[in-house]
Amino acid sequence: MTQRILDISGLNVRFATEDGEVAAVSDVSLHVNKGECLGIVGESGCGKSQTFMAVMGLLAANGKTTGSARFGGIDLLKADERTLNTVRGNRLAMVFQDPMTSLTPHMRVGRQLTEVLERHRGMDAKAARAEAIAMMARVQIPEPERRFAMHPHELSGGLRQRIVLAMALLCGPELVIADEPTTALDVTVQALILDLMRELKEKHGTSFVLITHDLGVVAGLADRVAVMYAGRVVESAGVREIFAAPRHPYTKGLLACTPRLTDAPTAVLPTIPGQPPDLQKLPPGCSFHPRCAAVFDRCRAERPALAEGGTLNACFLNHTVAA
Amino acid sequence: MSETLLDVKDLKVHYPVRTGGLVIGTYTPLKALDGVSFELKAGETLGVVGESGCGKSTLGRAVLQLLPATGGAVAWLGRALNDLDAKALKAERERMQIVFQDPLASLDPRMTAGDIIAEPLRNYRPHMSKAEMKAKVKDMMGRVGLHSTMINRYPHEFSGGQCQRIGIARAMILDPKLVVCDEPVSALDVSIRAQVVNLLMELQRAMNLAMIFISHDLSIVRHISHRVMVLYLGKTMEIAPRDALYAAPRHPYTQALLSAVPVPDPTIARARPRLALAGELPSPLNPPSGCVFRTRCPRATKVCAEVEPTRAQPGTGHDVWCHHWRESGLETKVAP
Amino acid sequence: MTSAHAAALDTAGDVEGRSLWQDAWRRLKRNRAALASMIILGVVAAVCLIGPYTLPWPYDAIDWDHVEAMPPNMELGHYLGTDSVGRDLLARTLVGGRVSLMVGVLATMVALFIGVTVGAVAGFVGGRVDQLLMRLVDLLYSVPLTFFVIILMVMFGRNFILMFLAIGAVEWLTMARIVRGQTLSLKSKEFIEAARASGGSTAGIILRHVVPNVLGVVIVYVTLTIPQVILLESFLSFLGLGVQEPFTSWGVLLNEGAAELEVNPQTLIVPAVFMTATLFCFNFLGDGLRDALDPKDR
Repeated sequence: MTQRILDISGLNVRFATEDGEVAAVSDVSLHVNKGECLGIVGESGCGKSQTFMAVMGLLAANGKTTGSARFGGIDLLKADERTLNTVRGNRLAMVFQDPMTSLTPHMRVGRQLTEVLERHRGMDAKAARAEAIAMMARVQIPEPERRFAMHPHELSGGLRQRIVLAMALLCGPELVIADEPTTALDVTVQALILDLMRELKEKHGTSFVLITHDLGVVAGLADRVAVMYAGRVVESAGVREIFAAPRHPYTKGLLACTPRLTDAPTAVLPTIPGQPPDLQKLPPGCSFHPRCAAVFDRCRAERPALAEGGTLNACFLNHTVAA
Repeated sequence: MSETLLDVKDLKVHYPVRTGGLVIGTYTPLKALDGVSFELKAGETLGVVGESGCGKSTLGRAVLQLLPATGGAVAWLGRALNDLDAKALKAERERMQIVFQDPLASLDPRMTAGDIIAEPLRNYRPHMSKAEMKAKVKDMMGRVGLHSTMINRYPHEFSGGQCQRIGIARAMILDPKLVVCDEPVSALDVSIRAQVVNLLMELQRAMNLAMIFISHDLSIVRHISHRVMVLYLGKTMEIAPRDALYAAPRHPYTQALLSAVPVPDPTIARARPRLALAGELPSPLNPPSGCVFRTRCPRATKVCAEVEPTRAQPGTGHDVWCHHWRESGLETKVAP
Repeated sequence: MTSAHAAALDTAGDVEGRSLWQDAWRRLKRNRAALASMIILGVVAAVCLIGPYTLPWPYDAIDWDHVEAMPPNMELGHYLGTDSVGRDLLARTLVGGRVSLMVGVLATMVALFIGVTVGAVAGFVGGRVDQLLMRLVDLLYSVPLTFFVIILMVMFGRNFILMFLAIGAVEWLTMARIVRGQTLSLKSKEFIEAARASGGSTAGIILRHVVPNVLGVVIVYVTLTIPQVILLESFLSFLGLGVQEPFTSWGVLLNEGAAELEVNPQTLIVPAVFMTATLFCFNFLGDGLRDALDPKDR
């Protein structure tokens, strides 16, 4: 019934640095179904951004990938630059955390929008202008005609992020990858942008990948969630399952240490002890074992695979049948 | 809990901003902070929340006299800080410290962790011997959860959470009475955030610290604060004991902020009503007349444009600056 | 919490950190061109310093048997020939190298000292002090260099020390601007604010926090200034404002050699090779240092 529009399989990303090789992403397999929002949750350095930078072909020069990422019949990891350019910004769009990095500072925002339309869809200037203003209205920018002629620095952070979103949507992409789209924004603005993304998903059937560190953001928008830790997916399930009954100790820990407005305030917040690991010196066995409360001998020696056990997760505790 | 450490009255910080012509410009005051008052007792935490540009960071710095105040008074243990000279101010500052948002940027990259933590000691205890200083630094490192063997390491060799612990150790080494925490956990990962919040609360209890905890994260502020102040465009909207503010917020801005906090629960997140704010944050150079919040307020009426609201008191210690605070707004109880 | 754990480890040896300087040094050592440049510069400096004592002819002695330019002659001990009045060319080049390198290094040090002080103070203190110092820099910039040096020379007579001061006094201007710019960007960093909140004085903060953090850029600029100064010295010598006979420098030698080029090419080639190699190495080293100190910009 569901059609996979992006299918990542066995993705590895390695960076060659002066101090040796960094395993940024290891054996990640994910897919996005048509019309759904896949939430990717994890902390800095867990590989959540690099996974999708690799998919977009935007890795730094010292990065190497293996595996495959099939998008509409093309393997993006093996495609040449020309093929990628026909896909990127057209059928596959990306929205970054800082809207200033994706907008050219000296160009009026309207021109930046029409340029995309003229280049990718061959529109003439007049049609492009009309389409751009319509798109600005769709992402709920008030007074789009006036904003059309403004420069990025004249707009607030929330409006800038809407322009970036409008730009991403211009060519009617099948999939929008949003990397921390609301992290730089205030809470009230964040709420509006998330509402907008939800509306785009429901009304226009746009598929999203939502990369974030904030479980609250994922809870409101995603249909399925994948939790990443130290370059690997450690748990993946439907959004309701993962919040109601997380199975991996890391997911449980993340949920527990996020304070909620509904909890009674306690003296001490639950924590996950220790630090996220150094990707150059990953511990043997399960990468999470040094911070895990439920660790046992097998975790130190052997890496658990991502397998069914309540949810799709990588923890021996849930794989009793397989063990 | 009785001693009033800090008494801030009508604090104002205005920056002159040049507007207008190329040659003959006029100066318009940017009112970063415009008439904020509060008191703080030992062992108490005041949470300061608001969105970017509301003046919350300015408040922290103006209290510590790191920024010159334009008007109002900051009294520290009964002494006015505003008119102290540099030397007297340095002496008073010994008991007031600050923890910054960006853990790495707040540490000098060329100095070791030990030198960074010892810096206040060098400034305030010039006669302390090297060995004594080192022992004190090592002890402090232990108290903030850092291995004291890391004393010779440099900031770039620590993780973000550890850097923030170094920043906290530096702030705590002189046994301060007041610590301003300016978004101390915003730059940290979720799993590290809780550790640092716990550390701050533990140190506060042990040292009977007064704390000003500035943050945009209302969930964390709720966890750590005794009282909470909500700022908007440099003015106080509402200040109240924690439970009163979160259970029964009176100001529409507070209500909007609370309803926008993302909830890590899919059912609630999708079902609850949201009080959306209309429009954009007005320019602080040209704030609206009357109530500054009126341009985005769902309850705004004619009176809001004409008269600046005065303080109303819906409860003990609960002050709100709104003409319409009695009208029930959105049902903001977030609990299911 | 972990404090008990940390206390238990107190007896163990402290872990040594790796400072940003050590990191930069490690990167520099890996840069072959920069490393080779450093070695060559060291060799040139050592040879200039020690060399003249081991040669059979002093730099100012005229070989009265051959009062004319002579090609290299091993038997007479003129290993690289002589100049037009019969003085040993190698000895003169090495002594000239001493002067050129010394002028280069010392004048740059003068520029470094004034430039860093003025730049850091102007940038950090700001306001009127900044205005005053920077207008002074602007003013000095608009004074023609040669004119300035000529005035100094005429007023105080030809003097070796004066030349360091004169060149240094001109070269510090750019240094001051660079340091001021760096200081301004440092000033907004939180660690400077933290230092102020920990009770640091202005002078203390400049010395402890500003100067060490601008030093990286300054060192790169120094290695690029030394060759400029060496060239400037040769230019002044060319105008007859530099060192005086029989004393010499690479600039003087080049000047003399240029006149003899057609008859005795070695009189130009020998000092030119030394000087070019030195300048080349300084520039390479400067590039290497920039990469090593600021790996992000590569």
